[in-house]
Amino acid sequence: MRPSTRWLIVRTILGWLVALVMAFPVFWMALAAFKTELDAIASPPLLFFTPTLENFAEMNERVDYIAHAWNSIAVAFFSTAVAILVAAPAAYSMAFHPTRRTKDILLWMLSTKFMPAVGVLVPIYLILIWAGLLDTRTGLIIITLMANLPLIIWMLYSYFKEVPGEILEASRMDGAKPLQQLVHLLIPMAAPGVASTALLAIILSWNESFWCINVTAVNSGTLALAIASFSNPEGFFWAKLSAASLASIAPIMVFGWLTQRQLVRGLTFGAVK
Amino acid sequence: MTLKTLLSAAAFLAVAGSASAQTTLTVATVNNPDMVVMQKYSSKFEEKTGIKLKWLVLEENVLRQRVTTDISTKGGQFDVVTIGMYETPIWGKAGWLVPFDDTPDTYNIKDVLPSVRDGLSYEGKLYSLPFYAESTMTFYRTDLFKKAGLTMPDKPSWDQIAEFAAKLDDKANGTYGLCIRGQPGWGENMAIVGLMGNAWGGQLFDMKWKPGYNSDAWKEAVKFYVDVGNKYGPPGMVGNGFNENLALFSSGHCGMWIDATVAAGFLYDPKRSQVSDKVGFAQAPVEKWNKGNGWLWAWALGIPTSSQKSKEAKEFIEWATSPDYIKMIGESEGWVTAPPGTRQSTYDNPAYQKAAPFAKPTLDAITAADPINGTKDPKPYAGITFATIPEMQAIGNFTGQQVAAALTGKATVEQALDQAAANAERTLKQAGYYK
Amino acid sequence: MKIEAHSPPPPGVQRGWLKQQRRVRTWPLMAPAVGLLLVWMIVPLVLTLWYSFQGYNLLSPPQGFVGLDNYVYLLTDPGLPQVVWNTLAIVVLALSTTIGFGILFAVLYDQPFLGRGVARLLVIAPFFVMPTVSALVWKNLLMHPVYGLFAWVSRSFGIAPIDWFADHPMMAIVIIISWEWIPFVTLILLTSLQSLDRDQVEAARMDGAGPFATFFFITLPHLGRPIAVVVMLETIFFLSVYAEILVTTVGGPGLETTNIPFYIYSRALLAYDVGGASAGGIFAIVIANIVAFFFVRSIARQL
Repeated sequence: MRPSTRWLIVRTILGWLVALVMAFPVFWMALAAFKTELDAIASPPLLFFTPTLENFAEMNERVDYIAHAWNSIAVAFFSTAVAILVAAPAAYSMAFHPTRRTKDILLWMLSTKFMPAVGVLVPIYLILIWAGLLDTRTGLIIITLMANLPLIIWMLYSYFKEVPGEILEASRMDGAKPLQQLVHLLIPMAAPGVASTALLAIILSWNESFWCINVTAVNSGTLALAIASFSNPEGFFWAKLSAASLASIAPIMVFGWLTQRQLVRGLTFGAVK
Repeated sequence: MTLKTLLSAAAFLAVAGSASAQTTLTVATVNNPDMVVMQKYSSKFEEKTGIKLKWLVLEENVLRQRVTTDISTKGGQFDVVTIGMYETPIWGKAGWLVPFDDTPDTYNIKDVLPSVRDGLSYEGKLYSLPFYAESTMTFYRTDLFKKAGLTMPDKPSWDQIAEFAAKLDDKANGTYGLCIRGQPGWGENMAIVGLMGNAWGGQLFDMKWKPGYNSDAWKEAVKFYVDVGNKYGPPGMVGNGFNENLALFSSGHCGMWIDATVAAGFLYDPKRSQVSDKVGFAQAPVEKWNKGNGWLWAWALGIPTSSQKSKEAKEFIEWATSPDYIKMIGESEGWVTAPPGTRQSTYDNPAYQKAAPFAKPTLDAITAADPINGTKDPKPYAGITFATIPEMQAIGNFTGQQVAAALTGKATVEQALDQAAANAERTLKQAGYYK
Repeated sequence: MKIEAHSPPPPGVQRGWLKQQRRVRTWPLMAPAVGLLLVWMIVPLVLTLWYSFQGYNLLSPPQGFVGLDNYVYLLTDPGLPQVVWNTLAIVVLALSTTIGFGILFAVLYDQPFLGRGVARLLVIAPFFVMPTVSALVWKNLLMHPVYGLFAWVSRSFGIAPIDWFADHPMMAIVIIISWEWIPFVTLILLTSLQSLDRDQVEAARMDGAGPFATFFFITLPHLGRPIAVVVMLETIFFLSVYAEILVTTVGGPGLETTNIPFYIYSRALLAYDVGGASAGGIFAIVIANIVAFFFVRSIARQL
């Protein structure tokens, strides 16, 4: 057997082993979504059981899945889209036209996340009351946007830095303005990076539960809120929670699968030489 | 006119028509099973009155924090809030709740059990109406008791419980003598440990607000708790709250379980319990002091004063806590799932007595629970396992963490309780109790 | 776009032109991001600072200005050193675990193999689950010593099950957090490997470099910047871990798993002490700045 084929087999086995180990708890949770509550905590744990859809039915009775999912999508999409719109020019500027202050600015941006949310809950709540943004999608979008912006800037900065500057320099000599360079050259070349950044930002926003629980009520709750309503100190809930969680993960898993296709190798930069 | 135009016109008219006279109430509630049922049946209220309801359903600690943040900053998000015996007196005192001094005769306020009514009042005024109430009970396996030749008295002592646990404990076969709460929290492990503190003659705070956590009574009680917990409790006890113990008992792993009376409904239901035909019920244990052995907790519905719709809110609350509502649930869902603990009429109902053999012990426990006079020595606070002061949650949580440390052997009982008392004193001093 | 030759302008003009270019270019590009973050930082910070000097409990009438009282109360708490230590321990342990495994997984998934696309999605799956749900799944369905899966497995081998949250609470929390965040690292590093110059790797191979040499001298340096980015980002997240602790150990036993955010929650927020919570928030910022300062020295070079 050629050594490269041997390597391929080793990599395949390892790759799948790692994948299965990492995904196992998610798989176990997905399984629990189809069990009755008693089955979910049965000991010894059940791999084979009579599946049921009662958890999903109950979930739909208790919370309006569609409404919450729609809020999740709206908040995740808008906050990420606006964040990328704002972050890309800044990241471009810091990556290709750095100044002495660039590193300081980067660190300062990150420092806006130093305050734990619990410490700033009441002040933010008061601001939202004053602005009339309690229990609105807009309020949640703004908070999520601000919370994720430093992250997005840092990640885009990192990916932009990997793009060789010569191509952009060449286009600048041809008279391209920064925004043109950004949109027509940089983003396509850094497409995998932008896609990964968008995916991670959307996931973080999708799963953001602290702010969602505390500033929404009945009009703008996202799926994170719906899930929170299933964790309960008085009564079995693990099967229902698993079902709610599975129903919440499904849309972004699909989205993740679609963006994963961006991770195929883009233009090889060897071509620049 | 095309079909499309006709349909859109019809839709428009439908929406326009219904949009005219509709009040919408925003209800914040916990996700306990009885409330889930209430949410399900609330469509009947909507049909009857045309008032629409919108729900926010959360776990009790999260809900409490959410609602407190809103009500104290005058956010005005909610018209109906689900609160308990901890918040009602505090918020009633702060003037944040609308009093219920004008319930109609058909509501029959006298039917509501007096101890429950008292727990939800401040200076004689009722600030919320109880939805269901609970106290503490001892659940035991009748089959295991029979096998070991033991009889459970109606009101056992903790010493007796320890004896029974020793005889029932069978770790090799996955049966643990006694399952009780170990998860840290003012409403989790401190609920049961608080009862034990009372049962040994102690109290949370003395008349000068000095904490009683490191008193001799408490030291004995917690030593007993740690001892019995480690000898006869299940592994992982420190992570077990109500739910985990419910899971253990209903799947046959526990000889005895001492916890909330609402568990009875679960344990007795063959769909949710594997031991439904083998459960016996007794009162919560006493020791050196025979009162304060069961806590009293009620979930009730109240109205923030910031609500603009208090009239409609009152209508809803009176509907959900009325004898008719209880009857409706009893008849449609089965009497076992009727909201317990609030009204004498529920317990006088023969259908309920027949369907729920735990009815009488539950009623006894609730009527015996006295938030004012439950401890051996006089106390400055109302409440049995918690004091209705704002600082209680933080103090109770810290103490709960310390007791958990003692349980897992990370600290001695003395160290743990001394730390708890020191922290409580520090907190109360900061809050100005020692002027 | 075609590249055309230009004759360069005379030196003095060129420098001025370039400087003018820079000044004109970067400011409007940076302005929206900087502006938004400035507002987001200043407004809550000022409010929190102001509240930290007030005696403001949500349940009592406001006490007004109390000076440094809240800070003194915070800093004289006997449990505070342990809380800070726990916070740092969680950060360090989780960072090393996630980055160690993240690098390995990224390298593994960089080269194609059968079904790599699906396997890659599975490896990233943990990051899709909400932290609260992850923690509950680990606590009840996996780690519970009576009816959890791990307990069943160890019992089948005749070993007594580990009581995770009683005996090894910190390790249990770190395991849960690492499991959640390894996908984050893997994804970022894997994406970054996309831009690794394959020609360079091929040249090294032809020069006789084995896989380990390639890894240490080509792959790892290329990953220098993304790793630095990951370290900084994860540090922020790990400093503010809260949901996982709330749902599993509730900060206990004792103070063993109480970190700064949880401390703020349980002492201040639970008691509705906004003044105390604000002081705690400022304290958290100070600690975070100290941590960042240490990292900046070693990592900023990489950025």
